[in-house]
Amino acid sequence: MSLEDFRKEVIDFIEANCAESMRQPMVKESDTYWGGRNATFQNEDQERWFTAMAERGWTTPTWPKEYGGGGLSKAEAKILKQEMDKRKCRPPLLSFGIWMLGPALLQFGSEEQRQQYLPDIIQGKTRWCQGYSEPGAGSDLAGLQTSAISDGDHYIVNGQKVWTSYGDKADMIFALVRTDQSVKKQMGITFLLVDMDTEGVSTQPIKLISGKSPFCETFFDNVRVPKANVIGEENAGWTVAKYLLTHERSAISSAVDADMLTPLSYYAKNSIGVDETGVLKDSILRSDIVEWEIDAAAFKFTLERINEEMKAGQAIGAKSSFMKYYGSELNKRKYELRLQVEGADGLVWDGERTNEGKVARQFCRTKGNSIEGGTSEVQLNIISKHILGLPS
Amino acid sequence: MAYVLTEEQQMLSDSARDLFKAAPVALVRELRDQDNEVGYSQDLWKEMVEMGLNGLLVSEENGGMDFGWRGMGVILEECGRTLSNSPVLTTAVAAHIIDRYGSEEQKAMLTEIITGGKSITIALRSTSRMSADECIVTADGDHYLLSGTKQMVANANTADYILLSALSDGVEQYYLIENSDAVQVETERYMDSRMYSRLSFDSVKLSQSALVGVAKAQRAIATTLISGLNALLSAELLGLMTEAFERTVGYLKERRQFGVLIGSFQALQHRAADLYSEIELVKSIVIKALDALDDGDPIATAYCSMAKAKASKIAQLATNEGVQMYGGIGMTDDEEIGFFMKRARVAAEQFGSMSYHADRFARLSSY
Repeated sequence: MSLEDFRKEVIDFIEANCAESMRQPMVKESDTYWGGRNATFQNEDQERWFTAMAERGWTTPTWPKEYGGGGLSKAEAKILKQEMDKRKCRPPLLSFGIWMLGPALLQFGSEEQRQQYLPDIIQGKTRWCQGYSEPGAGSDLAGLQTSAISDGDHYIVNGQKVWTSYGDKADMIFALVRTDQSVKKQMGITFLLVDMDTEGVSTQPIKLISGKSPFCETFFDNVRVPKANVIGEENAGWTVAKYLLTHERSAISSAVDADMLTPLSYYAKNSIGVDETGVLKDSILRSDIVEWEIDAAAFKFTLERINEEMKAGQAIGAKSSFMKYYGSELNKRKYELRLQVEGADGLVWDGERTNEGKVARQFCRTKGNSIEGGTSEVQLNIISKHILGLPS
Repeated sequence: MAYVLTEEQQMLSDSARDLFKAAPVALVRELRDQDNEVGYSQDLWKEMVEMGLNGLLVSEENGGMDFGWRGMGVILEECGRTLSNSPVLTTAVAAHIIDRYGSEEQKAMLTEIITGGKSITIALRSTSRMSADECIVTADGDHYLLSGTKQMVANANTADYILLSALSDGVEQYYLIENSDAVQVETERYMDSRMYSRLSFDSVKLSQSALVGVAKAQRAIATTLISGLNALLSAELLGLMTEAFERTVGYLKERRQFGVLIGSFQALQHRAADLYSEIELVKSIVIKALDALDDGDPIATAYCSMAKAKASKIAQLATNEGVQMYGGIGMTDDEEIGFFMKRARVAAEQFGSMSYHADRFARLSSY
């Protein structure tokens, strides 16, 4: 099929299956669909859109057809994305399985594991969460202590994970566990899949400074896990983890990017006003806003440039650390300014007038941007070592 | 347009790098120590003319190479790396204005500018704050009279021509005049070891043919000059900060204190990594500004001011960090890092200060 025909097919498909209500911004939690064993649809429109996309494997457009993926070429996937973006279609399925575990399975999983897990990710049947950080292993992730002790063809897992997003709603967790205490810390880690329904697994939600949050603590108390659930080799989990973190970092920096160019000056003009020459009335805040907007635009161009360089064959490597570092710091600066721009209204925490204190809560939430997915300081360490080649 | 250089631009970049290798920072020091009145190497200038650099922004029809702003940016970036001074920036940009807007008589001058190495300096508004011009032109019979002053005019002591703005009935107009005895030129050496002049005009007689372009074109000329000159200065600053940064990182890898390389200290590593990130941003916005000029995109006006504001700020940071990380040796005149700091400050002020450009961007964005 020619690309032109394909585009026509995509447009027809969207018009037939994506109702008007599925083309509105996602505001509430129930506007998103995450799939999983206990998933329910918000309404028929959501169900129809998801089902149609999943049938074609277009929840994962470029994944191989043999696992139920879309099997689209890069050019076709680009067309699908363009046409969906043009119509503001909601993503039919949000999934850590798609963003994180899937790419790792395709890279490191056995054929049997791919057959077992990928179709259920694509069809939204399994909802996954990530078990990396621990109370004692945040920035020093490799220092994790959740132990997996060999017991025949099983491991016995004991320990605690923290910051497991949607841990209380997930069916399965992909976790890093320690399988060897006697070697250098990076060498004794295994990448293990655990069913959250297994006896001994429990979760506890975490409340953040911004109020509610999707984060949980997850506890493992003598949990029996089949050894067949290891991805890659035993004790070689760090390689898988690093690969996956690169995906997470670029996901975070591009998530920041989507909202990045909403001009701060727009909000400022509304709440502060301009003088007769059209200049913002608060000249000191104005210069901070100018500086931020120039940086935001220059950062956006830099993401474009890195993208172009990657297409030309350059490896992204540690540049994802630069993207993560700069993007999250930029977002924090933005909300620091936004709070000043809104004045008193930006400080309201509850009530309909301010959409439940949206600005104040988002402000608090952005403080986590430079902590999650590797702190800014860890990113700077990576840049120093791997880009600048500074000695350790 | 693309972020990656075309093959042609890459070749230009390589030959510029070779050319400026012969004009290292040591040459800047030499000229300064000799108290050289010209402020740049005339041998180097000759070579630049031979390469045709004055015609990079001129159409082939008028004897130029039509390499565009991105191509010219590549030259300025290399100048920035070696701190090479010459009249090429103002001459090439003025030649571009003549090529686009000049009269036939003015266009006829292009040959001696491009192949003969005649140089042109540019004097925009009277000060780098870029507030209203203090130069006034009045009609007097069949000619004009020019009065007023200009500050910080680069290489005016050696320039053959001056392209300048002046107010005529309150409207900004552009004139191309000979740098004759009628113009009072007071030249001073600036911090970057280059020569800049204060120009005074006391009823200097200009012929009517000195006006560049028709009345309607004056705003476009102003925009092209402010945007183009600053995009190119941003490219120079990009080269300057990249070189200063690479030297500094190199020093962190060789200087030992407390028995270890100082580059192993996290206090320095994080600052270096942050600076690396900022320079990445400058690179992107400079490319974006030059490309927008080449595309004739109206957004170029905003991009060029963004580039100048950002490049000035990060050049300041990069050179300050350089001096600090070199430590005591960075304070000495023997070490070259200080030359980068000094040039960064002057380049930031030329053709509109950092705050002027930040303000210009904000106004263009309607706030």
